[in-house]
Amino acid sequence: MSDITQRPAPSAIEGMSYREMEASHELAHLEHPEHEELLTLNLGPHHPATHGVLRLITTLEGEMVRDIKPVIGYVHTGIEKNCEDKAYWKVIPLVERMDYLSYYFNAMAYCGAVETLLDLEVPKRAQYLRVIHLELNRIASHLLWLATGGLDLGAMSVFWYGWKERDLILDIFEMSSGQRMHPRYFQVGGVAEDIPAGFEAKVRKFTAQFPKRVDQLENLISSNQIVLQRMRGVGPVDADTLLSLGVTGPLLRAAGNPWDLRKAQPYSSYEDFDFKIPVGTIGDHYDRYRVRMQEMRESVRIINQALDGLPEGDYITPDRKYALPPRHELATSMEALIHHFKLVTEGFRVPPGEAYYPIESPRGELGCFVRSDGSSKPARVHMRDPSFVNLQMLPVMAQDTYIADLIVALAMLDPILGGIDR
Amino acid sequence: MEVVRQRLGNGDKGEFRARQMRARDMLNGELDNPDFEKYVEERLMTTTLEKAGNWARGNAFMPATFGLACCAIEMMAAVNSRMDIARFGFEAFRASPRQADLMIISGRISIKMAPVVRRVYDQMLEPKWAIAMGACSSSMGVFNNYAIVPADKFLPVDLHVPGCPPRPEALVYGILKLRAMIHDRPDLGWRTRYGGRGTEEFDPSVLEVDPQAANADNVAGAMGRTTPRA
Amino acid sequence: MPDATGLELIAQELRDRDAESVLETVHFRGKAALTVAAPTIRETLQHLRGKGFNFLASVHGVDYWPEEPRFGVHYELLDMHEVDRMTVKVRVPLENPHVPSVVADWPTADHQEREIYDMFGVIFDGHPDLRRILMPEDYVGHPQRRDFPLGGEAILFTHNEPRLPGWWKE
Repeated sequence: MSDITQRPAPSAIEGMSYREMEASHELAHLEHPEHEELLTLNLGPHHPATHGVLRLITTLEGEMVRDIKPVIGYVHTGIEKNCEDKAYWKVIPLVERMDYLSYYFNAMAYCGAVETLLDLEVPKRAQYLRVIHLELNRIASHLLWLATGGLDLGAMSVFWYGWKERDLILDIFEMSSGQRMHPRYFQVGGVAEDIPAGFEAKVRKFTAQFPKRVDQLENLISSNQIVLQRMRGVGPVDADTLLSLGVTGPLLRAAGNPWDLRKAQPYSSYEDFDFKIPVGTIGDHYDRYRVRMQEMRESVRIINQALDGLPEGDYITPDRKYALPPRHELATSMEALIHHFKLVTEGFRVPPGEAYYPIESPRGELGCFVRSDGSSKPARVHMRDPSFVNLQMLPVMAQDTYIADLIVALAMLDPILGGIDR
Repeated sequence: MEVVRQRLGNGDKGEFRARQMRARDMLNGELDNPDFEKYVEERLMTTTLEKAGNWARGNAFMPATFGLACCAIEMMAAVNSRMDIARFGFEAFRASPRQADLMIISGRISIKMAPVVRRVYDQMLEPKWAIAMGACSSSMGVFNNYAIVPADKFLPVDLHVPGCPPRPEALVYGILKLRAMIHDRPDLGWRTRYGGRGTEEFDPSVLEVDPQAANADNVAGAMGRTTPRA
Repeated sequence: MPDATGLELIAQELRDRDAESVLETVHFRGKAALTVAAPTIRETLQHLRGKGFNFLASVHGVDYWPEEPRFGVHYELLDMHEVDRMTVKVRVPLENPHVPSVVADWPTADHQEREIYDMFGVIFDGHPDLRRILMPEDYVGHPQRRDFPLGGEAILFTHNEPRLPGWWKE
């Protein structure tokens, strides 16, 4: 019969239904018949909205997770199709909204791919400015991971403190580009505008106090026995499994493989900076947490070095065929006016070709594939989003653990559904 | 409902003591009639039950945690210490739709998600309101394509907050506007306040739009007025 | 990146194994790309794995319409030891959009091949669970194809509002 409480118990006391058995006091030493039943539980797309709209169909045996099937697509916006309809520079705001926490990284991957197709040189100052913004975005992304991860673990104070630090970084973004999120600051060939006066002072003020803040945030978690018990030794995945699943980023580094594209295939002047790659040992949740915390500190070092060595020069390529001329030139030079007109109405044309440009985003390898067919609109833009590939490791990470461990696994996985669904 | 704050006395210590004594007398039943009535009058607000209920509802939203995409980040930024909607009373985000009365649809609604949004909205209990936060949920936003749907198409939205994503200040402005709508004191709209009549996208003399009829399903909007109170 | 000569050597090795496999080699902006015939993709990737490319970074689809064959599937390979990248491309026409699935050798291709199926309609033979991943399960059509319409709402302006159905009416 379908009512599970009325089924006769197979191996327990004869002739008693589940309810009667429950009422009897002989349960303690019995093999509970329910333990052979599998329950399918739907952690639906709407759940406490820290990680976005991810649907997990979990198969439980008691409290143990036996199988997870992630169902995605609940925030699929068809951005890649939209990109085929717009001029190359108009694609930048669209592409930024994919992985909506690391917006500068999306723009960087896309601009890098287009610059590869154009064989365009990005001036040194622009590269350093890009690095500063990228590393600030990495810190902001890790802070949000920490904040929402802490919320999942129950450490709510971390939530408030993490967001407070994020607001300082968003103020810096607002200073350089006028918008807190999705600022379309990176353009093909450089950055949209030079940094204003006072920017360097503000960033230095932030980086001066931030390492202490990271220590304070870590103190809130690291010595808390409950958090340590939930994270230490839980969910370890070895590096070979991760490599076969295509996982990169802090998850791979926590398992001991020091693969970081900033060091391995440096782009945008990362080779000029001296920083370390934090690497974990066994790849459990504690390692993942420590790796990201240390990455925040390393990012602060990179930002300081970039500010120290910020060269003078152009903030965008001087090639007027691809970058808008400065406005004061429009009054005097006819060519500047024509270039401006062509760039704004039609956009620049890219010779036919295909390029794949990978960078290291806070979640792993973010690669942008752009195919151009000679016109002023891209023929295909595809983001190889790290969260999309990393999600495949969730069933491996949370297999045969408790539901509570599944929640921690999701938190440590750091998925961003905007990037997964695009 | 007008809440008038009144300074009782001039803050003198002796005066405060006198008022304390009077309160004690009142509780003990020792104040005689005219004093008693005056005492109560000074401290009582008279209103209708409905207005009091609206005042309470508007000041104590419980938003449902409905973050979909980037706007959710700015919604969470509105909750934390810089913008702090807790000072208005809205920090109690409820995960269960049965306990929530405000749904801030923050982010793009894909066609796969739309039935889920509708179901969660249906699970909320009356009275409930919905704010479409951001450009994607109000209109189609930056992405006008096959995969997303604006929130108006399948659920009654009381307030749209434009922006991509709207700053926390913009969201707070929107929530306060909704609060004013619920208190039956709707904002007149900038066109009336700043003399912008005639800048509408459609010509009001050619196209007849009856706002009451257009908002007939929309409870809070219908309660509101579009002409100044007499 | 394997330079042009390295690429030709790899191509020659693959042709030695199977004369039909390699269709084209391209060296563009310092990156090597190999186009192979669809039925041979698994062997090609295994051969390249033997050469050191043991990480499959990305599997993505491209619609080359109106060029034929229409659909392309690109496999981005990475050699972490030598820090080399390489692309392997496969082209299939609309009439026969079948590509052998590489999930058995490279588990990372699971979700990614499902996405290509969802968006383009390329069918991966041997995939354990080939169903739609981003669009709703009952969706008809493959959105990312170039001849699929973009969709969306008509934007109302003053000039076209009288023509389009009034949004304030039922």
